[in-house]
Amino acid sequence: MLIGPLAMVFWRTFEHGADAAWNALTQPETIHAFKLTLLIAAIAVPLNTVFGVVAALAIVRRRFPGKGLLNAYIDLPLALSPVVVGLSLFLLYGRDGWFGGWLERNGIDVLFALPAMVLATVFVSLPFVAREVVPTLREIGDEQEQAAKTLGASGWQTFRRITLPAIRWAVVYGVVLTTARCLGEYGAVAVVSGRIQGETETATLRVEERYDSFDLAGAYAISLVLAVVAVLVLVAMIVIKPREESG
Amino acid sequence: MSIEIHHVSKRFGDFLAVDDVTLEVESGSLTALLGPSGSGKSTLLRIIAGLEWPDTGEILLSGRDATALRPQKRDVGFVFQHYAAFKHMTVRDNVGFALKVRRRPRAEIAERVDELLRLVQLQGFGHRYPAQLSGGQRQRMALARALAAKPQVLLLDEPFGALDARVRAELREWLRRLHEEVHVTTVFVTHDQEEAMEVADQIAVINHGRLEQVGGPQELYDRPATEFVMRFVGDANAIGAALVRPHDLDVLHEPADGATEAMIERITLRGWDAKIELVDGGGEPLVVQLTRERLDELELERSQIVWVRAQQERVFA
Amino acid sequence: MAALVWESSKEGAGGFWEVVTSPQAVAALKLSLGAAAVVALVNAVVGTVIAWVLVRDEFPGKSIVNSIIDLPFALPTIVAGLTLLALYGPTSPVGINVAFTRTAIVLALLFVTLPFVVRTVQPVLLELDKEMEEAARSLGASERVVFTRVVLPNILPGILSGVALAFARAVGEIGSLVIISGSLPYKTEVASVYILTRIEGGDRAGAAAVAVVLLVVSFAVILGIGILRHFATRHEAALEER
Repeated sequence: MLIGPLAMVFWRTFEHGADAAWNALTQPETIHAFKLTLLIAAIAVPLNTVFGVVAALAIVRRRFPGKGLLNAYIDLPLALSPVVVGLSLFLLYGRDGWFGGWLERNGIDVLFALPAMVLATVFVSLPFVAREVVPTLREIGDEQEQAAKTLGASGWQTFRRITLPAIRWAVVYGVVLTTARCLGEYGAVAVVSGRIQGETETATLRVEERYDSFDLAGAYAISLVLAVVAVLVLVAMIVIKPREESG
Repeated sequence: MSIEIHHVSKRFGDFLAVDDVTLEVESGSLTALLGPSGSGKSTLLRIIAGLEWPDTGEILLSGRDATALRPQKRDVGFVFQHYAAFKHMTVRDNVGFALKVRRRPRAEIAERVDELLRLVQLQGFGHRYPAQLSGGQRQRMALARALAAKPQVLLLDEPFGALDARVRAELREWLRRLHEEVHVTTVFVTHDQEEAMEVADQIAVINHGRLEQVGGPQELYDRPATEFVMRFVGDANAIGAALVRPHDLDVLHEPADGATEAMIERITLRGWDAKIELVDGGGEPLVVQLTRERLDELELERSQIVWVRAQQERVFA
Repeated sequence: MAALVWESSKEGAGGFWEVVTSPQAVAALKLSLGAAAVVALVNAVVGTVIAWVLVRDEFPGKSIVNSIIDLPFALPTIVAGLTLLALYGPTSPVGINVAFTRTAIVLALLFVTLPFVVRTVQPVLLELDKEMEEAARSLGASERVVFTRVVLPNILPGILSGVALAFARAVGEIGSLVIISGSLPYKTEVASVYILTRIEGGDRAGAAAVAVVLLVVSFAVILGIGILRHFATRHEAALEER
């Protein structure tokens, strides 16, 4: 049930000949779509990594009012439909949205442009780093950090030399999951992007576009690329997971 | 119920955990399986319980072949080192589990649970969860649970190993008294020779999966059959090819036939006796135990050179 | 970012009730909730079984199977949808054509939610004290009783949180469904697709109304998981205090 789809993509792509596949892939709009996807990921992943680590540290090591809320908030993107996320952004930043009016008057394009897509992707891929780091942080306990402090290390030094190496693999694993999510995002970006070919179309959106245009070979070709990336992600997950678990 | 173990062996992959052990446990007795970590004693106990299957050999319970019987059918009660408490059930539910599984009427179960909680002195703790009990309390609960269905054999796997020293001593005492009251054939596993000596009628010393010797505590101490038993049960000094107990050594100020030269490193006074630690000519440590009387007679001091002679020694082939 | 959550409700306040009770919206919601429920239940059983096999059994290729479970996490949903179409659609090599039917929706959702229960149950199973099962056996419990009275109560929190996540995911799923469901109103239009169509058609109120319903469902799930976590650790609470 799981391997079937993968094999299918492979087959279907080349069913109509490698030429057709290559054509579809090298269309300027397609290339742009790939670039756009990568760009969004390149922005979203680092942002969420930093957020994830900071949030995890706050949740595990500190007490503060609203901690439970933060925890729940981080879990939210996992339970929320991407379309709902997209719609919320749409309503917020659209022309008569809460912020929309002000932004438009100042010539800032959010919706139907890169910023909205980045915002959407950031939100849906929010939880992964935090969720991987939290249990690891809990498990290692803060004794080592306390020891470092008694030996004179500053907060930043303690973090850099003690905490970070300890959570290293959890962070990497979280980054891999985040990246996979960013690359595969569809629903939220579909709503906020406007799907303008050559401008605001990501790879995933392009697959649908090609399908709707009856360019099956094209749709499958792009899917193949995405699937290959997914397999690479999977391999990365397989390699990293044991290291994450043994710390 | 008597237990007979005939030529039982068990391997785990390459590792031979139990090596051709034959042992008899009398009905109603308290037997200890004593040995160092990894000696196979826990494996042997689990084989008796039916939690492991032997590769060769037989287990007979009350004369009947039980080798192929599942643990459910063996009528044994098992107590685990780390309690194996059903953490999602209350103490009462834990203790009553065996009866619940046998579909006894609720009133009967409640009565028996009350009786057992009184026996192990946990009345009033019935509605707590295991996580809310101390280690010693949890182990008492585990004991009550194992006894609920009135098993014919009680097996305990290092039951006090996870507890601190004081609690351990209390529970040891407690187990002895319990056995006197209930008289169930009991076998327990331990690596603590003091514990075995204090509690058991019969001790089986096991090393590397092999049975070294079986006998009462005094017999093992006075007449050890192998070097291992002598070293493990009580202390032993190596003098030449022989082993000598610390209290079988005497100290002399002059050289004598068969005596070894040694230098006193440390004298420790322990109430009514004294422990003298020495180093012989080859740098090997010796420990001598003297009565205070003898110590005063000899007027020993640190760094003195003296001669040590054995009153009784043993040589093992 | 938190405003995200507020906005939907605000917009929807107006003709909320009308829209939500419009037959098409109701049909879409029913379909989403229904399909999600079916999928969640199937996962509860299948996921637990898979987790059990992965934790307790040994077989060649086990580590590969273990890793493949995560495939739905790594694969973009639209790709999943497209390939499911290829497998189970009009040009299917296996001869099954369920494209544009409700079965297709369930199949797609099953694929996408497969990892959830497996991954929440596995760690719980791994940590489960095997000695508890041995103790139960030594006390006379049959294998069935050992499972129902000792194992199941302890892995239940894991199963439930996995089910909750699977349900939430299934209710809101869009990427894998856009293509294979065909989005026929009243028949194969799920709530998420309904919302998308409304937005593209300019009916923001309509979209927002249904979105609010989904939002409420998501919150309920999060709440549920939080309560579960609290409940499950109640046993261990005392431990931490020691």
